[in-house]
Amino acid sequence: MNAGTSLRDQQVSPQPFPDQLKKQIWGWLQLVPDPEIPVISVIDLGIVRDVQVSVAADQEVLCTIVITPTYSGCPAMNVISQEIVAVLKQHGVSRVAIHTELSPAWSTDWMSEHGKNQLKNYGIAPPAQRVIDISGISRKHFLAPEVACPHCGSMHTICLSQFGSTSCKSLYQCKDCLEPFDYFKAH
Amino acid sequence: MSDKATYIRRLGDNTLVLSQRLSEWCGKGPALEEDMGLTNVALDLIGQTRLWLSYAAELEGAGHTEDQLAFLRDAHQFSNLLLVEQPNGNYADTLVRQFFFDVWHYFLLTGLTQSSDARIAEIALKSIKEVTYHVRRSGDLIVRLGDGTELSHRLVQQAIDQLWMYTGEMFSSDAVDLALVQAGIAPAADTLHAQWLQHVQDILSEATLQMPAVDAWMQSGGKQGKHSEHLGYLLAEMQFLQRAYPGASW
Repeated sequence: MNAGTSLRDQQVSPQPFPDQLKKQIWGWLQLVPDPEIPVISVIDLGIVRDVQVSVAADQEVLCTIVITPTYSGCPAMNVISQEIVAVLKQHGVSRVAIHTELSPAWSTDWMSEHGKNQLKNYGIAPPAQRVIDISGISRKHFLAPEVACPHCGSMHTICLSQFGSTSCKSLYQCKDCLEPFDYFKAH
Repeated sequence: MSDKATYIRRLGDNTLVLSQRLSEWCGKGPALEEDMGLTNVALDLIGQTRLWLSYAAELEGAGHTEDQLAFLRDAHQFSNLLLVEQPNGNYADTLVRQFFFDVWHYFLLTGLTQSSDARIAEIALKSIKEVTYHVRRSGDLIVRLGDGTELSHRLVQQAIDQLWMYTGEMFSSDAVDLALVQAGIAPAADTLHAQWLQHVQDILSEATLQMPAVDAWMQSGGKQGKHSEHLGYLLAEMQFLQRAYPGASW
């Protein structure tokens, strides 16, 4: 993932570059799906933090994509980096550096409304509340969120398992339509 | 090695060794939900390990990578707490170990988010969101098992009594700890201890369990590389591939 960092060092002083290209790059990245949840793009998930474009001495375009991990152990991050590089190469940007930043820490608040709708249509309940409350750990802090069933909309749901198929989800079941479903935890 | 590098290595060693222990439950959990719970916690901890050990390796400046620190050191070079290397035992043993660790981890990270070292604060802020979820889960399970059946109550109480002597080390300060507290990098051990005791007492009371004496005799040595025999076996499994096929990668 750090293989491209040296590109940053090669950058000459960033020249003003057409915003057009940056916009295009954001658009291309909109087509890079999360490898675990392919209906949501890395943009809608909020993990692409910045796109930087500059021109090297040989006039070639250098592109640095700043990403942030969802969970610190998320095994999808390497694949996401590779996919971003591949998509930009397809569009002729061959010198791409992926730079990972931890701060500010990723939050489900950064997920776009479009992304939340995509999740719901896919059968995953989107985060039902704002970021996880890290201010305390007494039991009163731990009220399970009220999650709407993505299939029938009922609020009559229960948490079956605090962890689901990936770090970012837990497993719920609807007591009305009886369907089990994944819930994307607020984080 | 600087005090700061030593301290950060300890943080990474704790999360690494506990992550490896939890991974031993993979496919063997008492219920599918628990299997996923423990392995997901293990995954968070391994992610945090990478952040700590890569920072430690940078500070040490000896050209090591996080992987070399994890896979090529022997037991006496590990500086994790004795608590995290204790065997999984029965499920109550695993959960009590996790609960004691999670509560300490939460308050420690809360303190580290205020660290004068920006990179430490950044890693702590990233980690604490995950750890908050861990500590709520383990506290919840202690209450359910302690206030559960006669058998679950007895096993949890036994685990508490057996593991209690490994909790003192979390709050003992050696020269490294004192230097970091002095520099505003790490929170003071006595503050952590008071916060930990309060929360552990609250949860154990709710779970109808007895907290052992605060002034009981405590085992120590892990931070200084003096480990129980259990760590060697854990490393033998964890490091097998790199020992048998040095430099193997994919």
